[in-house]
Amino acid sequence: MAKAPLSTGKFLLIFVSWWVIWALLQTSLLIDFGLTTGTALADSVFSNTIVALCCGFISNNMQYYLPKKERYWYILFISLGISLLILIVCKATLVPLLRGKNGEMDYGIFFSRSWAVRYDIIFLQLACMSILSVLWYSSEEEQENRQRRNDAERLAKEAELFKLRQQLAPHFLFNSLNSISALIGSSPEQARTMIQHLSDFLRGNLRKEEQQWVPLSEELQYLELYLEIEKVRFGHRLSTELDYDPACLDCRLPPMLLQPIVENAIKFGLYDTTEPVTIVIRARLEGDYVRIEVENPFDPETSRPKKGTGFGLSSIQRRLYLLFTRPDLLETRVDNNLFITIVKIPQ
Amino acid sequence: MTNTQPIRAIIIDDEPLARMIVQEYLQSYADITVLQECNDGFEGIKAIQQYHPDLIFLDIQMPKINGFEMLELVDNPPDVIFTTAFDEYAIQAFETHAVDYLLKPFSKGRFDKAVRKWLDRYADHQAALAVGQDPSPDAAAQQALLETASSSPSQQQRIVVKTAGKIKIIPLEDIHYLEASDDYVKIHTHNGAFLKNRTMSYFEQVLDPNRFVRTHRSYIINVQQVTRIDPYEKDSHLCVLSSGAQVPVSKAGYVKLKAVLGL
Repeated sequence: MAKAPLSTGKFLLIFVSWWVIWALLQTSLLIDFGLTTGTALADSVFSNTIVALCCGFISNNMQYYLPKKERYWYILFISLGISLLILIVCKATLVPLLRGKNGEMDYGIFFSRSWAVRYDIIFLQLACMSILSVLWYSSEEEQENRQRRNDAERLAKEAELFKLRQQLAPHFLFNSLNSISALIGSSPEQARTMIQHLSDFLRGNLRKEEQQWVPLSEELQYLELYLEIEKVRFGHRLSTELDYDPACLDCRLPPMLLQPIVENAIKFGLYDTTEPVTIVIRARLEGDYVRIEVENPFDPETSRPKKGTGFGLSSIQRRLYLLFTRPDLLETRVDNNLFITIVKIPQ
Repeated sequence: MTNTQPIRAIIIDDEPLARMIVQEYLQSYADITVLQECNDGFEGIKAIQQYHPDLIFLDIQMPKINGFEMLELVDNPPDVIFTTAFDEYAIQAFETHAVDYLLKPFSKGRFDKAVRKWLDRYADHQAALAVGQDPSPDAAAQQALLETASSSPSQQQRIVVKTAGKIKIIPLEDIHYLEASDDYVKIHTHNGAFLKNRTMSYFEQVLDPNRFVRTHRSYIINVQQVTRIDPYEKDSHLCVLSSGAQVPVSKAGYVKLKAVLGL
């Protein structure tokens, strides 16, 4: 719920000072009209205290019931009604109390003559306070809604990023398990190593925090695990080349960004040709960016890599967009029978 | 089993370890001999044509052409036990058409069940042959299996044909139009025409209707290749393709073509 304006110390102070000033002004005005100082002060303090209390009451009540736009005329009627009530209370209290204590001018007559002006002023004060409160609460509510919307958007974005990172290909998992099953019979030691690699890989895959960016060196280690597993499966056909500038190793990048690109390159390379396949991974510093290239062979006769984000790269594209709100960080290039995926991460 | 002839099998899988485990499980079947292990569909086709095996163990996801496409290219394909890791389209194809399949990784028990099931069928088949009956191979079921499998995403992107002993993979973009030709469909591309023994209605079903329109009883055109549509005789049109080829468009075909082109 929105906080009432008078619950903050600063506003309460302004509110009280306002009424003190107003009471003093009214006192001096009443003296000008010929009331004695004592009577003027009593009249002013009493009536202004009541109006101030009513203003506080209205302002606090709006915390629980805020008139909607089409009900703004409520404010008018409530202010008119309460003003009348305050005037009656003032008359009933002040007139018997101050009658005869004011020298020549009779206080009763003075009050009767001034009631219309008093009513106008009280009404204006109440209406002002009501309108200020409505504006205050509306803006609070608006801010809360915006906050909620932002939170919802952030949650959705996080969930989407998580999902994009989590896209573990079931094919990869089941085929790896099948390889382990085969190795258990013939070379249990190798099977154990493979289980180790697979578990480390899966553990890395379960990392959740998108904010925790990792150095390139760590990503490359993780990639190494993945490539080890793939080489057990396709050892006879798959080889990899890693070529990086040592200066890049400390560059930070979102976790699990390279593996899907390499996975895509391997899949594309292995399933599009029957010859041995070399996947080349390069990393270079380029101004404020670290530029990573993944290269795989393909058969231009049978595959048409689409410009931009063909071949399952769309989820990486989407992820980069969500992280950096830029659509230009992922590029692909075709060089004869080589397909090259280029990703640039701002540093 | 009464017959003394060994059963001849071939294993086709692109992962050596996956072939190894089938080999290992087959050790307990003295009467099944593995003639060859193949790395991909091309080797598979060659081996099948050379040995005419009784049974093949076939992976689905393989380089260049997948297991289903390989089967399409083989005349009189042998009995198949599929081995695959995960492919929802393939599983759907298997389940509706009752061919046995093994999901990797599979146990020895599951493997034995599949092989025994096949052995029973094989024995019945041999017995029928012995008394001179035509055992009528399950060609219809196999055809249905291949047709269901061809709705998988990878197969909607290309057509695999055999031409002069060679295998040709045609990306759909390369197709100009398809033409009915007796029991075959002639696929016209910018590299020439290829024959595939399928029906026009099969292609009409499998191909994306927003890219390929059946403009005539005997023609399906690739919409992207259309350059001009000219009126021709009463109620019919001629469609001129970017290659210059002229394809007849019937009255109903013209309506469909206009809808796809947004006219």
